[in-house]
Amino acid sequence: MTAEADVGYHARQHARWHWSEIAFWILALSCAYLFPSRYLIMTDIVRLALFALSLDLILGYAGIVSLGHAAFFGVGAYCAGLLALHGIITEPVVALIAAGLVAMALGFVTSFLVIRGADLTRLMVTLGIALLLEALAERFSDITGGTDGLQGIEMAPILGLFSFDMFGKVGFFYSLAVLFLLFLLARRIVHSPFGLSLRAIKNNPLRAAAIGIPVNRRLIAIYTVAAFYAGIAGALFTQTTALASLDVFAFERSADLMLVLVIGGTGYLYGGLIGAVVFKMLQEVFSTITPQYWQFWIGLVLIVIVLVGRARLHRWVLWLPNLIIGQFGRKTIVAVPESDAS
Amino acid sequence: MTTLLTILFDGVAYGMLLFVLACGLAVTLGLMNFVNLAHGAFAMTGGYVCAVLVNQSGWPFFVGLPLAFVASALIGAVLERSLYRHLYTRSHLDQVLFSIGLVFMSVAAVDYIMGSSRVFIKIPQALEGQIDFFGVGIGRYRLMIIVICGLLTAGLQLVLARTRFGSRLRAAVDDPRAASGLGINVPQVFAFTFAFGCGLAGLGGALSAEILGLDPYFPLKFMIYFLIVVTVGGSSSITGPFLASLLLGIGDVAGKYYVPKMGPFVIYTMMIVILIWRPNGLFGRTVTR
Repeated sequence: MTAEADVGYHARQHARWHWSEIAFWILALSCAYLFPSRYLIMTDIVRLALFALSLDLILGYAGIVSLGHAAFFGVGAYCAGLLALHGIITEPVVALIAAGLVAMALGFVTSFLVIRGADLTRLMVTLGIALLLEALAERFSDITGGTDGLQGIEMAPILGLFSFDMFGKVGFFYSLAVLFLLFLLARRIVHSPFGLSLRAIKNNPLRAAAIGIPVNRRLIAIYTVAAFYAGIAGALFTQTTALASLDVFAFERSADLMLVLVIGGTGYLYGGLIGAVVFKMLQEVFSTITPQYWQFWIGLVLIVIVLVGRARLHRWVLWLPNLIIGQFGRKTIVAVPESDAS
Repeated sequence: MTTLLTILFDGVAYGMLLFVLACGLAVTLGLMNFVNLAHGAFAMTGGYVCAVLVNQSGWPFFVGLPLAFVASALIGAVLERSLYRHLYTRSHLDQVLFSIGLVFMSVAAVDYIMGSSRVFIKIPQALEGQIDFFGVGIGRYRLMIIVICGLLTAGLQLVLARTRFGSRLRAAVDDPRAASGLGINVPQVFAFTFAFGCGLAGLGGALSAEILGLDPYFPLKFMIYFLIVVTVGGSSSITGPFLASLLLGIGDVAGKYYVPKMGPFVIYTMMIVILIWRPNGLFGRTVTR
């Protein structure tokens, strides 16, 4: 077997659907029937998962550390809100795509700033862009509604068939469907030759350039795609909550997103989804204990995760599942592929 | 003309204050290459220590200031020894996450202990009001800030450039391995520098309560300013961050005066443009590590 065929074989092996993945999605869908009274929080989780998926694309696969991913989320949110409020595009799905495209355009433009410089400069530039947009949204408060936010957004029925209900049932299925479709797309992207080249860049940009990968162009491409995803997540936020206010750009949103991804693990797409579930549950638990000071405990969780070490923590969590799998005599073990930005 | 001079004066005072707040970060982030987003938390600690001592215990303001320094430095030293030092060799992502966690904890903790409203520190009578200097109104408090911060800056520059400790620090930062081979206790040097930087931040926090305002969200609100000072100023010397903070201070005050509606917009645009133009900062060295 030649080296080329060998690489192709392994890449295809990885790209195949694993039974656990199918189980994961069936479980996600069955949640809708298991907890019919908790649609609102589940929609929240799905939205966060999509947003985390977006960050995973650039952090887990391209190794870009971003502290300002909320910029695209916010742009998507405001776009969807304004489109619906002024009745430009009332159909949610089309509005969703339109908002995603606007965020994508912003991502494309800002990607040229982000690919310059090392980690620290990237951190600063991404953070700066998010803050800049927040300042802009505050400045043009006649358009954005300022600190009050956009109010009185009314959503038309999805595809003209399903109208949003007050229990959030439609909103949940809508979000889940969007997440699933975009997940399929992301899965296709990261297992394509393009996705493999991104991993090469992440591991060593210099070597990647030496074997003929156009590093900057690839980074621009994935950053733009991630911006699209974040924009969609933002638009979903507006459409399902009928609300868009200044805090969509807030630093806390970007920081929380990092935490979500760190809990779930980066670089295998499911990290964001699992992280979102765990994060929201933690948030629920902490805010029932201390409604006002839950941030303290979230901070503590972050510090503990970092100090214990992400790799070690994931091994501990997977110890029990692997033990059970071992009992059934299977040799394959479940593991989180640890591949983070360094 | 006089407004221009007043703006310039206020800008310089503001810039000097930012420098004292951020110069500890210039060392940890710029020299030791550790992304410490929690630097503002130490400044806030200093501010609150001073506020409690002066307002509640009735200590004189000028006793509160050094104590703010000491308290922040102590906390800095403890945290450095117990937590930070494990993270020097980790990835930037880990450092960012860790320090964000610390920021969240400090915000919530201060909110819990001190309440979420803004705190003022009672300043002595002598520092209130303005002096008229050839028609230019000069705030006494701001004048004091300029004097204190100017002296501190000169002192820091001297220590870094002339003393044995300064050369040790520079050696330890340039090449920790070679430095420890020469018998320099690198962890000790780092710990001391870190604590000192935190102390300066605490002092800055106490001084800034009057001008910037002090509330539990201080570390989040001013994080970006500290980062701008360091990244724009570069890390080759103490003069880079110093000039950057003066620039930032004057730019911010002038921006707020002339285009009040654009607010922080001016600053962020300036930062992004400078970073695009010179990714290693205005006064940075061209070598990246």
